Amino acid sequence: MTSTLPVTPPSVVRERTQSEMVLRRFRRHRAAVTSLILFLLVVLFAYVGPLLWTYTFTDITDDLSQPPSLTHPFGTDLIGHDTMAQVMRGTQQSLKIALAIALIGTVLGSLWGAIAGLYRGRWDFLMMRIVDVILTLPTIAVAAAVAAQGVGGSQWWSIAIILGALTWPYVSRVVRGVVLSLREQEFIEAARALGAGNARIILRHLLPNALGAITVTATLTIATGILGEAALSFLGVGVQAPDTSLGLLVSINRDAVNTRPWLFYFPGLFIILIALTINFIGDGLRDAFDPKQTRVRP
Amino acid sequence: MFAYVVRRLIAAIPVLIIASFLAYALVALSGDPLEPLKLRNPPAPPRTIELETQRLGLDDNIFARYGHWLWGVLHGNFGESVQSSYDIGANLARSSVVTLRLVFVAMLLALVLAVLTGVLSAVRQYSKFDYTTTFLGFVFLAMPSFWIAIVLKDFAVRYNKATGTTVFYTIGETSQNYENLSAFGKFADVAGHLVLPTISLALISYAAWSRYQRAAMLEVLNSDYVRLARAKGLTWRKVLVKHVLRTALIPLVTVTALDIAAILGGAVITETVFNWNGLGRMLLTGVSRADTNAVAGWLLLAGLVVIAFNVIADVLYAVLDPRIRHD
Repeated sequence: MTSTLPVTPPSVVRERTQSEMVLRRFRRHRAAVTSLILFLLVVLFAYVGPLLWTYTFTDITDDLSQPPSLTHPFGTDLIGHDTMAQVMRGTQQSLKIALAIALIGTVLGSLWGAIAGLYRGRWDFLMMRIVDVILTLPTIAVAAAVAAQGVGGSQWWSIAIILGALTWPYVSRVVRGVVLSLREQEFIEAARALGAGNARIILRHLLPNALGAITVTATLTIATGILGEAALSFLGVGVQAPDTSLGLLVSINRDAVNTRPWLFYFPGLFIILIALTINFIGDGLRDAFDPKQTRVRP
Repeated sequence: MFAYVVRRLIAAIPVLIIASFLAYALVALSGDPLEPLKLRNPPAPPRTIELETQRLGLDDNIFARYGHWLWGVLHGNFGESVQSSYDIGANLARSSVVTLRLVFVAMLLALVLAVLTGVLSAVRQYSKFDYTTTFLGFVFLAMPSFWIAIVLKDFAVRYNKATGTTVFYTIGETSQNYENLSAFGKFADVAGHLVLPTISLALISYAAWSRYQRAAMLEVLNSDYVRLARAKGLTWRKVLVKHVLRTALIPLVTVTALDIAAILGGAVITETVFNWNGLGRMLLTGVSRADTNAVAGWLLLAGLVVIAFNVIADVLYAVLDPRIRHD
């Protein structure tokens, strides 16, 4: 009787999926995780805050030009608006516009870049020259020229469309670059040798590998979107009163910086907070999506 | 090299033409310059409106209008402005001197600072200096340019008030009595007015560029040929300057050239904060009047500047990277 050694089942090491590894790497990036939490708090402040807060952004109280206090944590302006309620509304509008800019820019830019990179040749040349043309013009100047004519009645979405239409060339350059280098790599060649068709190569190999770059770029586009909206509103061609945005709040209170600093600093700090956290999240995502990133952060 | 530059400039012509047509069409189709006239109370006589329509050539289709405008620009005539006494060409020439001065100095400052911090924070990776500049870079990157400008201006005004002096100039590109100053006085006056706007404009580019410089330095520092250079016994300083820095400057040149358009846009905003009478005011005035010829001329000039910088960047590549030869 030969005794067979008891077959010990190999210790179960479940294979980690791509997204699990990305998540693990993201969680190691402390600045990014902190930023994500902060960013979500800002979102809560903007969208849930108004439901809980005493004043709305149009309310006019009897407290004129009050510095921050318990009744008005961010103070009040010359005609008695509660600044915190205004910052909540402003954050709402600015976030909405920035997200729309990022969405328009990313979808258009990814498609444009992927098509140019995949087809190469004459189409690529033509498509990228169009990108060059748009990149030759200063975004803010073109956006100001169009927005000033009140196209779409200066609604939040018209600003988003104008800035989104000027943002996609940046995204398309990044995506084209990634697609160009991916399509030459061995694993694509191997997939082709195994008989994979174009559709399979795009869906199973190209897109999942470009997804990291696309996500990172999309994230960073939100930050430029916030700053772009602020700049347009500062020049007086963005969001218009009676509605408000963070950029508009800073703009109309620019002369109060010396006498009633709370009016200027609170909305400004929110712009910086949003752009800063978004940039850190983007940085964390970049590291997380990079498969070569194996170094444990100190 | 010269032939290459000429070729590049010729290749840029179609890009410029299409860009200026896009800009022209966008402005021309999005607004009606005669709207204030038509909405005026009491209404302007139909004859006036007709004459203005004729003077500005608003009857023609967009291609004819653009063709007419471009033909004029090629002959040094930037077309009629909505404000009939406004000379677009002369204003472009005057404003661009004012604004490009700011753009050049700000770029120079941003580049020098970015290279210095980029190199130092890469050589001393994960040091206190590295962490501090990285964090500050992220903060500057997140600040709207007008916000930095307003804060700087406020500090300057407070400082001036507290000390009873005018150490910092916060309004305008020159003083009121500029014309009466001596040559040196003029230079000092211009330089004094440049200080705050330059810092505000430079900080944002500096933030992004120092990050690129740091990343590029790290990549080169970890490369095999740098290890080889060290193994051959070259001094660290020599390796750093001749082998590492030279190579690591190439990505920065690309990014700088790409950012020119954004810096011009930033200058518009900075100038607004400091009440400069430069390209910023010219653009905003033109935009508010729906002055197609003025805005299109402005954007054409901006496009020219951007393309010129890109050609300079290409020449710099050849200087920095011996593998690139433009012949």
